[in-house]
Amino acid sequence: MVHLSDVTKYYGKKRALGPVSFEIEQGDTVGFLGLNGVGKTTLLKILACGLRPSSGTVTIDGLDILDDPHEVRKRVGYLPELPPVYGDMTVGDYLHFAGRIRGLTPEAVARRVPEVEEYARITEVHDVPTRNLSQGYRQRVGVAQAIIHDPDLLILDEPTHDLDPVQIMEMRGMIRALKDSHTILISSHILPEISQTCDRLLILNAGEIVASGSEAELGDTLLRSRGMVVTVRPAGDAAATGALEAVERVIRAVPGVTGVGLPDRPARAMAATGAVTVRVDGEADLRAPVCRTLVEAGHDVIGLSLAERELERVFVELVGGAEA
Amino acid sequence: MGATGIIFRREFGAYVRSPMGYIVAAVVLLLDGILFYARALGPRAGESLSGEVLMRFFYNASGLTAVAAVALSIRLIAEERAAGTQLLLNTSPVRDWEIVLGKFLSALAFLSAITVATLYMPLLILVNGKIAIGHIVVGYLGLTLLGAAVLSIGLFATALTRHQLVAAASASVITGTLFLLWPLSQMVGPPLSRVFAALAIHGRHWAGFQAGLFHLRDVVYYVALTYFFLYAATKVMEAKRWE
Repeated sequence: MVHLSDVTKYYGKKRALGPVSFEIEQGDTVGFLGLNGVGKTTLLKILACGLRPSSGTVTIDGLDILDDPHEVRKRVGYLPELPPVYGDMTVGDYLHFAGRIRGLTPEAVARRVPEVEEYARITEVHDVPTRNLSQGYRQRVGVAQAIIHDPDLLILDEPTHDLDPVQIMEMRGMIRALKDSHTILISSHILPEISQTCDRLLILNAGEIVASGSEAELGDTLLRSRGMVVTVRPAGDAAATGALEAVERVIRAVPGVTGVGLPDRPARAMAATGAVTVRVDGEADLRAPVCRTLVEAGHDVIGLSLAERELERVFVELVGGAEA
Repeated sequence: MGATGIIFRREFGAYVRSPMGYIVAAVVLLLDGILFYARALGPRAGESLSGEVLMRFFYNASGLTAVAAVALSIRLIAEERAAGTQLLLNTSPVRDWEIVLGKFLSALAFLSAITVATLYMPLLILVNGKIAIGHIVVGYLGLTLLGAAVLSIGLFATALTRHQLVAAASASVITGTLFLLWPLSQMVGPPLSRVFAALAIHGRHWAGFQAGLFHLRDVVYYVALTYFFLYAATKVMEAKRWE
């Protein structure tokens, strides 16, 4: 459906994007994730035929965007970060105009306007000038104009921009409902917006794609080098001298373990609960060997989880925004 | 209806829905009326032949038409860029010439409506004096052609920028220069004088319309000037569409 090969975009001498290459299959819902200013909007504008790449090729549905932009534009629906609404038009007139300008016949647009208004839940503001709408309604009108011509490819740039939590949930619901019938590209700098609606994530940093995959794949990849948290009830008397050291010694003996972090006051924790929670660092996923070794040594493993499970940490680490 | 017609309807509607269109119309009609009274009907107008009064009316109306054309045209593209709505057009299957032509025709239609609203003044002369209807028709044709030419200049200027003030300044400079070419042609010798006179927007080419004389060369001049700036505006749009 979408094919990019070595696409770059320069503004003067400043590189805003690329080189990036990727493919998106028909029916996929793909999220572009990155901090502000990393090239997400540039990339989406290129895909929407609104910006010429400095180099590389972009094809949509087999059509090159530079050779056949007119045909490509018929197949694409685009919602920019700020919905492109005319303040002097009512919602109904605006959607009618958007449909006609995208090539719908008068009959088709008369049929589609009520449909997309119902879908975007904006029927009640049909006769309201768009300048009088709240940001949430404007965003919904923006989505409605992007799908009015039932495009194969739907591009949504920061669709939850400036929305309140309720509106964000509604927008997520709208996007999920569109997944069955469209290939969708969404950009955001907020991870949950992407991870909850997309099948695949492309993480951009400094104009380049630094990681791609599903949420689980990205998590697994990054978590391979992360640690785990294990809660152990030592063999014998937990309060006995040397019980904690015995647990630590067993864990450190597991191949691949690079460090063991003990709680601040392990003796007090042991005395209170009969167990101790320690952090284990390693270069791979060591849950199985650590668990097996502890059990073989006679200790009970009563809790085990991967540390830093949140994908936010993955994102922050990839884009280098903070110490992960 | 093609894309040109769709854009025409939207833009004409924007004039009707916004105060800008009414303000321009009100100012033009008010000034037209005041000037007509002062120079044709008022106590200081003096004794004049009806034809001369009509010529004065067209002379006044031509300047106001040019100013109105600049005022109406500067928003056409700059406003879209500033508001971000240009992205809707740029990512739609619409060709640049269709956008330019639709916007131009909408502004021309609105300007023509303002111009037609001044018709009561020539009709007053017709009723109370002795003028040829042909003089009125040719004069209004001239106003329409002059207005179209200045609108195309304004459209070119508004295509260059997202700032309406910059567009207004650019359009005023270009239009003003074309106006000044006529007096300049009187000050310099040939062959420059002939070049200036041929290019002037409000001299030799306008005089015939004002006097009720139809010359095909004058029509060709205004149509060519309009085409040139519409073409230039289209090229600017093409260049900026992918930026």
